Amino acid sequence: MFKKALSSPYIHNPPFSTRGMMFRVILALLPAAAAYAWLFGWGVVVNMLLATGVALLCEAIMLALRGRPLQPAITDGSAILTALLLAFALPPLAPWWLTTIGVAFAIVVAKHLYGGLGFNPFNPAIIGYVVLLVSFPRELTLWLLPAQLAEHTLDPAATLGYVFGATLPSGLTIDALTAATPLDAMKTQLGLGHTTSEIMANHPVFGLVGGKGWIWIDLLLLAGGVWLIYRRVINWHIPVATLGSLFAISSLFFVLDPQHSPSPLFHLFSGAAILGAFFIATDPVTAATSNLGRLWYGAGIGVLIYVIRSWGGFPDGVAFAVLLMNMAAPTIDHYTKPRVYGHDGSGDA
Amino acid sequence: MRLWSFHGGIEVPGHKEISTTRPVEPAPLPKRLILPLSQHLGAPAEPLVAEGEEVLKGQMIASPAGFVSAPLHASSSGKVVAIGEHPVPHPSGLSAPCITIETDGEERWVEREQRDFRQLEPAEIRETVRQAGIVGLGGAGFPAFIKLNPGRTIKTLILNGAECEPYITSDDMLMRERPEQILRGLLIIRRAVQARRCIIAVEDNKPEAERSLRQALGSMKEDADDIEIVTIPARYPAGGEKQLIRVVTGQEVPSGGLPVQVGVVCHNVSTAVAVYRAVELGEPLISRYVTITGGAVAEPRNLEVLIGTPVEELLQLCGTDPGAVQEVIMGGPMMGISLASLGVPLVKTGNCLLAVGRGEIEHPEVMPCIRCGNCAEACPMSLLPQQMYWHARAKDFDRLREYDLFDCIECGCCAYVCPSNIPLVHYYRFAKSEIRARQEQKRKADIARERHELREQRLAREKAERAARHARKRPGPSDESKKAAIQAALERARAGKQGAAQDDV
Ligand code: SF4
Ligand code: SF4
Repeated sequence: MFKKALSSPYIHNPPFSTRGMMFRVILALLPAAAAYAWLFGWGVVVNMLLATGVALLCEAIMLALRGRPLQPAITDGSAILTALLLAFALPPLAPWWLTTIGVAFAIVVAKHLYGGLGFNPFNPAIIGYVVLLVSFPRELTLWLLPAQLAEHTLDPAATLGYVFGATLPSGLTIDALTAATPLDAMKTQLGLGHTTSEIMANHPVFGLVGGKGWIWIDLLLLAGGVWLIYRRVINWHIPVATLGSLFAISSLFFVLDPQHSPSPLFHLFSGAAILGAFFIATDPVTAATSNLGRLWYGAGIGVLIYVIRSWGGFPDGVAFAVLLMNMAAPTIDHYTKPRVYGHDGSGDA
Repeated sequence: MRLWSFHGGIEVPGHKEISTTRPVEPAPLPKRLILPLSQHLGAPAEPLVAEGEEVLKGQMIASPAGFVSAPLHASSSGKVVAIGEHPVPHPSGLSAPCITIETDGEERWVEREQRDFRQLEPAEIRETVRQAGIVGLGGAGFPAFIKLNPGRTIKTLILNGAECEPYITSDDMLMRERPEQILRGLLIIRRAVQARRCIIAVEDNKPEAERSLRQALGSMKEDADDIEIVTIPARYPAGGEKQLIRVVTGQEVPSGGLPVQVGVVCHNVSTAVAVYRAVELGEPLISRYVTITGGAVAEPRNLEVLIGTPVEELLQLCGTDPGAVQEVIMGGPMMGISLASLGVPLVKTGNCLLAVGRGEIEHPEVMPCIRCGNCAEACPMSLLPQQMYWHARAKDFDRLREYDLFDCIECGCCAYVCPSNIPLVHYYRFAKSEIRARQEQKRKADIARERHELREQRLAREKAERAARHARKRPGPSDESKKAAIQAALERARAGKQGAAQDDV
C-alpha cells in the first residue's frame, strides 16, 4: 500500500508495525503466563491484571504530564508488555503495593523520565524489578510452593484478601504457603556445604532438571520465544548467544567440579534465564542493534548470569546481567559498526 | 559467470505485469511541448531561439552552459510561443525556465546525418552524444558524454537493465522491443570507452527481456564475442549503480568516488538506445519510453513519449480518471517524486508516471524509533540509518558525517522496513541539503575574505611603493633601506592579514 509521505519512498511494508511487534511478544508470553498461574495459583492472575492496570494508568498520566497525545502511545502495547514481564518476576502472592511500586517505577521513571518508548537506555521492567529487589528483598523471595507440592492453595477470594488486605484464611500462615525458589535453595544449600546431588535429591522443590513445575513454564517460554524467532519478531542472535554462553560457562564449571556446580541444564531451566534470553534481553530499545553486536551482547548476559548466580549476592542474576549489558550496548554498537560500502576495512571515519 | 551480492536490500512486490501487456506505441503529438532548460545535473542550458521563432523537429533550441550541462532539442516542429517560468517536475514543486513550443503537426525534421560508428573516433562519438543532449536515462540525468570519457582503462562496461524499482517497466519494454538498438548502442559506447568486456545485466524477473536480448545477440554477426547477458537476482536496489557494480564485478566504488576508479563504466539500456539513435540515425534525444501505471490508471501501459509532453495528457491517454487520482509520482514508488501539478512536462529522466488512486493511500502513524535494527539490516550501503536519524533530528551534522550520511543513496529501503513508519529518507535529504547549504555559505565567506585580503595586500603594496618613490626623490636612505622599508610595510600588511584571519576563527 502507498502511504502519505513527505517524499519518497511512498510505499512501506515492514514485517510488522511497532505495535504489532509488541502484541506478538505479549501473545508469545501468554501460554507461559497461563502455566505460571496454573502452577502457582490465582495470585499470578491478580498480579498480572493489577500490573497491567497500573502500567496503563501511569502511562496515561505521564503522557498527559508531558503534554503528549494519548494515542498512539497508550495502545502501542509497550506498557502492557512491561507490566507482564514484571509480573512474571514477582512472587505469586505479592502484596498490591509491591506490584504497584514496581510497575509505577518502571513506567514513570525508567520509561517516561528518559523520554518514553525508544529513549530509555534501560529495560523498564528490569529497572522496576531491581528497585523492588533492592528495597524489599524479603518480599521478593517469598515464593509459593508449586501446586503439586503445596498442601494448601488459596481460592480467588482468599488470594484477593491477601494481596489487598494482607490477611490469610484463619489457621494459615504465610510460612506454610511459601518456600524458597529453586535457585535460592540451591545457593543456600551449597553455601552450607552440601553437594549438588544431595541438594537435588533431598530438597522437595527440585525436579529432574531444575525446580519442580518450573520446567513447564520454561518450556512454554521457550516455545513462545522460538515462535517469535520463526515469525521474525525477534532475531535469534541474542537468545542463542545468551543461553549458549550460559550453557558453555556452566558446562565448564560443571565438568571441573560437578559436586559444587549445578548442571548446565539446571542453569538454563531455573530462574529467569529463558524468560530473560527471549523476552527481556531482546527488547530492541535497550539492546545492541547489529547482529554481530547482538551476539556479543547476549554472550555478555549469559556470562554475567552465571557469575552473579555463582558468586554474587543474589540467587538469580538475570536482571543485573541485562542491566549491565544495557549499559554496554552503546559501546558494543560503536565497536561493531558495519563497514560502509566503498570504505576500506581500516575503519575510517 | 560469478555473481556477488550486496548487503541488505529488500524484496518488494513488483507490480510490473500490469503495464507490460500492451505493445509500446507512440503517444499522439501534443499541441504544446514544454521543455525545461534543466533536465540534467549541472548548469541549465541557454536558449538559442527567441519567442515567435519557427523550429524544426530535432533542432537544438538551447545550448549547454559549461562542461557539466546538456543541450536541448525541439521534440517536434512548430513555433516557440514562450520562454519563461513553467511548473516542472521537481520535489519542491517549483517552476523553472522552459521553452514552450506550439506544434504544427508536420513533424518536419532538421537534417539528420546517418553515420556508421566504426568510422568514428571515440572523441567524435562523445561529441555526438554531447550534442544530442543525452543524459543518463535511468537515474539522475548526469550528462552521458562525461561517462564516455573515462580517461582510464575500462575493464568492464555494464549496461544496466536491472530496473529494480516496482511498477516501472520502460526499460523492460525497451529490451523486449528494441534489443538490436540496445546492442548497437552498447557497441558504440564500447568503442567510446574502449572497454574490454561488456555485460548487460537484467533482473531475473524479466525473462522476456532477457530472451529477446539473447536472440538479438545470437543473430549479431560480428563483435558479439565479449558481450555477456547476465541475469541477476531481483532484489531492490540491485539496479542502483553501486549495487550493480558490486553484483557484477565484486568490486565497490570507493566512497565519494566514481565507477571508473575501479575500471567500470555503467550506462542504462535506454541511454544506449539514445546513443545509437544519435550516432547512427543522427537523432537527438527527443523521446523516450514511459511507463504509465498505478491504481488510478485504467489501461496501464508504456508509451513512446516526446520529451515535453504534459503529464496530464499522458495520463488521460491511458484512461486515468482525474477524480480518482490521489497522487502522481514521476519515477517509481521508492525514489520518485510526487508531482505538485499535472501540468508539468515529461522530462528526459521521467521513466514512469505512477498515478495512485484514492483509497490506495494509507496514513500509518509515526511511532518512536525502537532501535529494532530493521533499517540497518536493509541498507544496501551498510549504513546505520537509525543512528543517522537520531543525529539528523538533533541536527548534529558532525556526527552525521561520522556515520557517512553522504554515502546514503536515498534508496528508501530503510524507511520501507521501519516498523515505526519513520520517514527516514526525508531526514537524510534535509540534513544533506542543510550541510551543503552551510558549506556553500562557508565557501562564499572564504571567497569574500580572500578578496578582502588581496585588496588589503594590494593597497599596502601600493602604499609601500609610493613611499619608496617618495624616498627616492629625496636624498637620504640608501637603496637597501628603501627595500627594507617596502619589506617592512609588506610585513605589516601580512601580519594584519593574519591577525584578521585569526579573528575569524
Ligand atoms: S527500522 Fe525504524 S524503528 Fe527500527 S531501528 Fe530503524 S528507524 Fe528505528
Ligand atoms: S536511504 Fe540511505 S540509509 Fe536508507 S537504506 Fe538507502 S542508503 Fe541506506
